[in-house]
Amino acid sequence: MAQVSLRKIVKEYEGGVQAVKGIDLDIADHEFVVLVGPSGCGKSTTLRMIAGLEEISSGEVSIGGAVVNDIPPRDRDIAMVFQNYALYPHMSVYDNMAFGLMLRKFDKGEIRRRVENAARILDIGELLARKPKALSGGQRQRVAMGRAIVRDPKVFLFDEPLSNLDAKLRVQMRTEIKKVHQAVRTTTVYVTHDQVEAMTLADRVVVMNGGIIEQVGPPQELYHHPATRFVAGFIGSPAMNFLPARLENGAGALRLNLPDGIVLPVPAERTNRYAPHAGKEVLLGLRPEHLTDARGENRPGVSSFQAVPEVVEPMGMETLVHFKMHGAEICARFNPDAPAEPGRGIAMSADLNQMHLIEPASGRVL
Amino acid sequence: MSATVSTPGSVGGGIGRKTGSLHKERRWALVSAYVFLVVFAVLFLAPPVYMFITSFKGSAEVANLQGSPWMIRNPTLENYTAILGDRMFLRFFLNSAIITALVVFITMVVSTLAAFALARMRFWGSQVLATGVFLTYLVPETLLFIPLYQIVGGLGLLNSIWGLVLVYPTLTVPFCTWIMIGYFASIPKELDEAALIDGANWMQMLTRIFIPVAMPGIIAATIFAFTVSWAAFVYPTAFVTTPDAMPLTIGVVSQLVRADTFAWGQIMAGSLLAALPPVVIYALLMDYYIAGLTAGATKG
Repeated sequence: MAQVSLRKIVKEYEGGVQAVKGIDLDIADHEFVVLVGPSGCGKSTTLRMIAGLEEISSGEVSIGGAVVNDIPPRDRDIAMVFQNYALYPHMSVYDNMAFGLMLRKFDKGEIRRRVENAARILDIGELLARKPKALSGGQRQRVAMGRAIVRDPKVFLFDEPLSNLDAKLRVQMRTEIKKVHQAVRTTTVYVTHDQVEAMTLADRVVVMNGGIIEQVGPPQELYHHPATRFVAGFIGSPAMNFLPARLENGAGALRLNLPDGIVLPVPAERTNRYAPHAGKEVLLGLRPEHLTDARGENRPGVSSFQAVPEVVEPMGMETLVHFKMHGAEICARFNPDAPAEPGRGIAMSADLNQMHLIEPASGRVL
Repeated sequence: MSATVSTPGSVGGGIGRKTGSLHKERRWALVSAYVFLVVFAVLFLAPPVYMFITSFKGSAEVANLQGSPWMIRNPTLENYTAILGDRMFLRFFLNSAIITALVVFITMVVSTLAAFALARMRFWGSQVLATGVFLTYLVPETLLFIPLYQIVGGLGLLNSIWGLVLVYPTLTVPFCTWIMIGYFASIPKELDEAALIDGANWMQMLTRIFIPVAMPGIIAATIFAFTVSWAAFVYPTAFVTTPDAMPLTIGVVSQLVRADTFAWGQIMAGSLLAALPPVVIYALLMDYYIAGLTAGATKG
C-alpha cells in the first residue's frame, strides 16, 4: 500500500514568503499523478516536501498511511529522478544503480539481479560498465530511472526529468516513462511545467498556481471541463481564446454580445445553466479547434462571423489562423485545405456547444 | 535599387578587411604574450639556474670574481657529496619530511571536514564562519609568530618538530578549507540529494560521493599544504634554534653559514635538493592542481 496524502501542507520561507499555501491531495496506490503549473507555482517544492528534501512549515505528509514529516529521506522508501540526472560521475552505470542497495546492505547477488532487471526494462544493459560522461542525455536519464527502479520503492518522484532533453528525445522518453509505469505500477508523483507531458502521462493531473491547487482531475476532464480560467488557459496548446462578452436575455433565449457587434446565440441546452448570469459581463472561452472555417458548418450551436487573418501558420495536418477581435489575440484551427490568407476576410464558425463562460472577477468557470 | 545594394566585390572586400584586422590583432596579442612570458620566465628561472650553476663550482671558483659567474670552469660534485654525506643535512631532510607529512594529513582531514560542513550543511552562522576562515588566512605569519611563540613555549614545544606540526596548520587549514569550499560548492546540490534519498548519511555522502568527485580540488589543496609546510621559514626560525629539530629551510642556511663564512656551493646544492620534492610533486600533479584551482570559477 503506498498512497500519498498531503494535508494542509504549507511551505513558508524566511521573510514570510509562502511557496505552498495549504494544499490537500490524496494520491492512490499505483496512481500516476502529475503536478503541473508555471514556474514558481509550488509544484517542485511540494514534491521536495514529499521527498523530505524540504522541511514542511505546517501540515502533514503521509506515505503508505504513516506520517513522514520527521522521517529523513532515506527512510521514506521513495526514489527520485532529478532534472539534471544527478548521476554520480565517478561511478559506473552499474554502481550508480547499485549504490542505494549497497548502502542498504543488500546481498550482492540480489543487487546484480535487480540492476540487470532494471537495465533490461530500460534497455541499457550494454551501458552498465560505462561512466555517466560517456552517455547521451537520454541514456543518462534512463540510468537515473534505473537507479529509482532497482530500489523498488513505495513511491517514484520525478522532478521535471525531461526538461534537459531535446524535443524529439523528450517525446521518446515520455513513452518510456509510461511503459515503465505500466510495468512496475509504482505510485508516481511527477512534476513538470509542460502541460503536454502532464496530459499524456497522468492518470490525474494536479494544476497548481501561486502555491494552491487550481484543479485535480483526469486529463480529459481538465481539458473539457476546466474549473477556472487559469486551468482553461494553461491546459491545451495553442491555449484557449478568451473574449470579453455580455450575456443577455432576449426573446426567451440567451445570447452573447461581443464588443465588435457580433452576437452569438447561446445553445438551448446551456440556457438553464447560464440563465442566472444573464445581464452580466463574462469571458467567453473557446479552444482554437472550436473556431474553424465556416465551410459546411451548419449544426445547431455553431455560429458564423467574419474575421481577417493576420498570420496563417500551416502545420501540415492543420493550419493555425491568428486574428484580432477587439484587441484580443485569437487563434483558430483550420483544415489544411482551408483558403485562409493574411489580410483577406474569411467566414469563421464558432462551436458554442464547446464554449466556456467565465466570471471575470473570480476566474470561475460558470 | 541597385544603388542601395552593395556589390559582391565591396562586401567581399569588407569581410576581407575585417578578417585581416582580426588576424593582425591576434598576431599582436600573441607577440605581446610571448614577450611578457619570456621576460617573466627569465626573471623567475634566473635564480634557480644560478643556484644550479653555483652548486657545481668549488669554493675557489665561487670566490673568484674574474669571468662570468654564469659559467662553470671546473665542474665538481664536491658540494653534493659533502651535503649528502653530512648526517645533519639528512636530519634536516627527515625533519622536513615528518613535519610536512603530518601537517598535510592534519590539514586535509580538518579542511575537508570543515569545507564539507560549511559548503553543504546549512546551519546558523555557516556563511559567517566560511568568511571568517578565509579572513584568518589574511593575517600574516610575521604578525602571528609572537603570540604563537608564547603558546608553543607554554606547551613546552619550542625546539621540537611537534611545535611546528602544531602551528603550521594555522597557515594551511584556512586556505585549503577555502579551496575545498569552492570545490564542494561547485558540485550540484542534486548529487547530495540523490545520495540522501539513496540512503547515505552525511559521512557516507562525504566519503563515497564528495571526496571522489572533488579529488582534483583535494589534490590542489594537498599540494598547497605540502608547499607551505615544506617551504615554511618564519615559524621554524622563531621556534627552533637547536639543529636536531630544524627543517631543511633553516637548517641549510643556519648550518652552512658560519659567522661571516658562507659555504655558497653547499648552500646552493642543499637548497636545490630541498626544492626537489615540491618540483617532483608539481610535475606529477600539475594537471590536477590547475583543474582544482579553476573549478570554482568555471562550474556553476
